[in-house]
Amino acid sequence: MTATARPSPRPSTAPKPSLRSKTSRGSALADRAATVVMWGTGVFVLLLLGSIIVHFALAASTVVSLSFLFSDPSGSTLGGILPVLWNSIYMLALTMLIAVPVGLAGGIYMSEYAGDNVVTNAIRFAEESISSVPSIVVGLFGLILFVDNAHWGFTALAGALALTFFNLPLMTRLSEQALRAVPQDERSASLALGATKWQTIRHVVVPLAIPGLITGVILTAGRVFGEAAVLLFTAGIGTPPHYDFTNFDLTSPVSPWSPMRPATTLSVYIYKLNSEGLGAFKNQIVDGCAAVLIGMVLIFNLGARLIGRVLTRRMTAA
Amino acid sequence: MPATAIYPEPVIRRVEVAAPIAAEQAAERTDEVKISTEHVSISYGAKVAVRDVSLIVQPRSILALIGPSGSGKSTFLRCFNRMNDLIAGASVEGDVCLDGENVMDPQVSVVELRRRVGMVFQRPNPFPMSIYENVAYGPRRRGQNDKRSLDELIETSLKRAALWDEVKDDLRRKSGLALSGGQQQRLCIARVLATEPEVILMDEPASALDPVSTLRIEELMRELREAYTIVIVTHNMQQAARVSDVTAFFTMAEDRAGYLVEVGPTGQIFTRPNERLTEDYISGRFG
Repeated sequence: MTATARPSPRPSTAPKPSLRSKTSRGSALADRAATVVMWGTGVFVLLLLGSIIVHFALAASTVVSLSFLFSDPSGSTLGGILPVLWNSIYMLALTMLIAVPVGLAGGIYMSEYAGDNVVTNAIRFAEESISSVPSIVVGLFGLILFVDNAHWGFTALAGALALTFFNLPLMTRLSEQALRAVPQDERSASLALGATKWQTIRHVVVPLAIPGLITGVILTAGRVFGEAAVLLFTAGIGTPPHYDFTNFDLTSPVSPWSPMRPATTLSVYIYKLNSEGLGAFKNQIVDGCAAVLIGMVLIFNLGARLIGRVLTRRMTAA
Repeated sequence: MPATAIYPEPVIRRVEVAAPIAAEQAAERTDEVKISTEHVSISYGAKVAVRDVSLIVQPRSILALIGPSGSGKSTFLRCFNRMNDLIAGASVEGDVCLDGENVMDPQVSVVELRRRVGMVFQRPNPFPMSIYENVAYGPRRRGQNDKRSLDELIETSLKRAALWDEVKDDLRRKSGLALSGGQQQRLCIARVLATEPEVILMDEPASALDPVSTLRIEELMRELREAYTIVIVTHNMQQAARVSDVTAFFTMAEDRAGYLVEVGPTGQIFTRPNERLTEDYISGRFG
């Protein structure tokens, strides 16, 4: 070690700036301004969100009723939205059934097994790229691949697969991030106790990542609820027929349970009514659909958080 | 003055250590070896972290590893339960034997090894689970799920870790994270004890704790010594002097590779070290 000149530990005797100096007043002003701007932005965002919800809630209050939710569309009266509401839920379930397990497995692979190298960086880049492909392009891709080349026609399955294609990168990426955010200490603690790698992932890493994983599920689900462009070309846009819910034939083109039938969802229905609808009740139906859609998103998100909390508790006990 | 002017070569010696236990006991135990390392070197990529360390640890004794930051004590400690395997690019040369069996052998199951050689980390790291589930973690992972025997094991482990009285009323309700730092560390010790290890490694187990909690951990270590072999890394020399039977002093060479300067009975290391470097370090002239 070479000796270097060290500053004297005694306080400097140079004249000190006054406690009321300009610089401190300047930074106090900036500090206050920052506080005002941050609060202002926050309040603005909340107002925006609030006004959307209030607008549709008001509009819906005259439209949405049990009969609106649970009856078929009608040409001459207000009618209902049961088939499209059902299709939204059905498409969500079908897409999540494919996207969540695959996305979670991909996230576990990327976070726990793959490491950082050229290949995984390429995968991450591809994930980002696919996520930012315009959804109309994904819809066209689904049209060519599933509807035309596979000869499925407009089907729920084609829609769900196109949505999966669209959502999987996001789900994988968010899972990977949620898993990576689990502190390394937790993994070391588990491994040092003689747990295997899989036991560590199963009993420590995944349970601790559940809040983040749920965020991934919610964001993915939001895109399924809201997506119209992808589904226009894959799941179809026709007004659904009357569904017979007692028909459980999974290959039937008319059974509401079958993935091999067209499935117009709420978002697509809104688009359809707005662009080509003519009926007298068009605007009321659109407002009602929008309100229902917002309500479903809300219910789904709260439900997902609740399930997440229960899952964490169940997985960390026993 | 650079140390290498006096010691051009790293001084590595294998000292037959005798724990400060009753003389006759010592006499009959001198050939008992729990852990031995032979010419152990550990590198991270091209960087050598620890060079050529050979020493032995007797059963039911406490070995303290002391030395300045960067001298490779913690790295060396982690080769006993092969935690270095988890670090990309880390490689270990030489032999580390547990009861005469080389743990570096690729045939050795690290899972089995880590059940026999437990570890307590510097920062208390209980899982965000109930106290009960924290202690049950190890046993459950090897398939022990019978409630009665698990309850029993958890009670004994917590009692041995001197935590039972403080937590017995809300074992299942309270999260391990809701405990104080000192209690958390004792919970981590209980968690290790529940896997029924033979050796316990402790990587600066009290460095994040207040003095009262530190003393409790030290007391606990003295008690555990009756049944377990303990290796502890510590920055606190009083701690090494208070708890350990044998002390190994590490420092680093000019090229920044850590090496073992000397190892011997703690009393001797702290009063009559053989090496000038050790004396300088323990008297605070270096490090």
